[in-house]
Amino acid sequence: MTNGADDSGVGRRTSRRSFVRRLTVGGGALAAGLAGPARSPAAEPPAPADPTRELGHPVSPYGTRSRFETAVRVQARTPTSVASWTFTPLQDSCGIITPSALHFERHHAGVPDIDPARHRLLIHGLVRRPVVLTLADLERLPAVSRTHMIECSGNGLTEWATPTMPDVQRTHGLTSCSEWTGVLLATLLGEVGVEPAGLWVLAEGGDAAAMTRSLPIDKCLTDVLVAYGQNGEALRPEQGYPLRLVVPGWEGNTHVKWLRRLKVVAAPAQTREETAKYTDLLPDGTARQFTFVMEAKSVITFPSGGHRLPGSGLYELRGLAWSGRGAVRSVEVSTDGGRSWQAAELQAPVLRIAHTRFRLPWRWDGRDALLQSRCTDETGYVQPTLAELVAVRGLRSHYHQNAVQSWRVAPDGRVSNVHA
Amino acid sequence: MSTPRAAVVGAVAATCMALAGPAQAQLPSYGVGRPPTPEEIRAWDIAVGPDGAELPPGEGTAVSGKPVYDAKCAACHGATGREGPQDVLVGGQGSLATAKPLKTIGSYWPYATTVYDYIYRAMPFTQPESLTAAEVYGVTAYLLYLNGIIGERDVIDRRTLPQVKMPNRHGFVPDPRPEKFPR
Ligand code: HEC
Repeated sequence: MTNGADDSGVGRRTSRRSFVRRLTVGGGALAAGLAGPARSPAAEPPAPADPTRELGHPVSPYGTRSRFETAVRVQARTPTSVASWTFTPLQDSCGIITPSALHFERHHAGVPDIDPARHRLLIHGLVRRPVVLTLADLERLPAVSRTHMIECSGNGLTEWATPTMPDVQRTHGLTSCSEWTGVLLATLLGEVGVEPAGLWVLAEGGDAAAMTRSLPIDKCLTDVLVAYGQNGEALRPEQGYPLRLVVPGWEGNTHVKWLRRLKVVAAPAQTREETAKYTDLLPDGTARQFTFVMEAKSVITFPSGGHRLPGSGLYELRGLAWSGRGAVRSVEVSTDGGRSWQAAELQAPVLRIAHTRFRLPWRWDGRDALLQSRCTDETGYVQPTLAELVAVRGLRSHYHQNAVQSWRVAPDGRVSNVHA
Repeated sequence: MSTPRAAVVGAVAATCMALAGPAQAQLPSYGVGRPPTPEEIRAWDIAVGPDGAELPPGEGTAVSGKPVYDAKCAACHGATGREGPQDVLVGGQGSLATAKPLKTIGSYWPYATTVYDYIYRAMPFTQPESLTAAEVYGVTAYLLYLNGIIGERDVIDRRTLPQVKMPNRHGFVPDPRPEKFPR
């Protein structure tokens, strides 16, 4: 499940290079075997020639993936690695769940080290019964589990003017999908009693950025989760351990991690993250504010940038689609740059506000092809082309780039990121 | 946001009295949680809204803020706030509608209160919440001064900060999506 894309554009080049070097060095040991491209780190012994004739490893308390699996998040090229982000390797994913260890990251001041026994959630402001809750308190309350994708509204920000990133990890990898478990915020707000003047909720993280966002009370009373579980275990530290908001369908920044405080207020606090950042500049110099919803989007993950098809023949095109407004109704795929479209098959279950896997058999004739996918969600919204989006938003709005993605398959089988 | 604060104070007073009884649980249906103490709320309630109601006592000017900026901010944001390597804090006015918009406190931020809120909670990057109120007022005044928004000796405090007219105060519009794309 590797892809051969180079590292231009993003990432900590040195660490990635030394990683690649390790892989190359390890190659000699396995080259003669049947394992395909060698991936084993040099220091480790090769896998047995015949595993049916040797005892395996003993049982272990907490499992890890095979040492031959190498899919990793890659970091954006930012001045510091604590205020930065990493991309999920979508090209290596299967199904609709993102492994917790590969869920994309976005931190504004690093990942805090939080002792859950000492963590507290304060709910106050325009409420009748302000409260301090421990994790044990929260776990006593009725729990729900919901599978939702979270997408950063900066996903694809490099792709407005020119096709910039080499692969789907870096064009689309700021979206990930998990099963989240926690308490509905509506349950908590019902218990503390919101005053009539309470129209917004200010959510604050317990990290070094004490990051804050204001959320309208209606959303908070609908489907927002105060989550402590991810994919069957506690949240990962990078995902907000021990407590985060999950705000289904809204931009990732609102899903405040390391949640320590919810203050019910009358009006938005106009925090830095809802003024200086996460606002969308238009050509006339005004900017849209509180652009919460992540609109319908899809992308082909195989084949995608950096892949090389070995030759003409029958392939299965695969991809992911999602919408912050609900379920994906349909995905269409074009192999001729949008002149003709075919309906892809959606893999069940198709969940609301979650990654949805689509597939379509495709016989490649070995000639130039332009692969695109376009999804329609349950509201009837159709994913726009880049030209349609740019006509309305211009090239400087940075966030909320949900345009149709194009991959060119060249006659030599190489797949690259293009604007069509 | 003076109303929420008043409500909190009222609610805290009420719950402190409730503490006298044996039942401390704040969530009536599930019997869990306890009321926060006023100290707990004061320690955590660092958010400053646009009306500045939550601003602490204290004051500063660009003159008092410059040495703080030079010592604690310039290394990452540049000698005059324009040089980086981290976010540019000064300049860019008139650039938002051009091909090269520069979004800074001076060109983009709609509320001066956000400058205070953000600097206290998140800066200096490696020592957040370490500045005194006077230092935050001073460095806020200095950044507003460098952006040509206030004078060098204008006093910035809980009364004057919310009144500062930010150049891009009316630059924001609500979200009109879903858009109608001409097809
Ligand atoms: C060690 C480096 C460092 C120092 C020192 C530092 N900052 Fe920052 N500053 C940053 C980083 C990194 C960010 C961006 C954080 C993020 O991405 O969320 C930032 C962001 C900011 C922003 C937000 C800019 C915007 O447009 O969103 C302001 C304002 C700011 N800093 C002010 C200050 C002030 C005032 C000081 C001194 C008291 C200071 N900084 C000291 C690294 C630093």
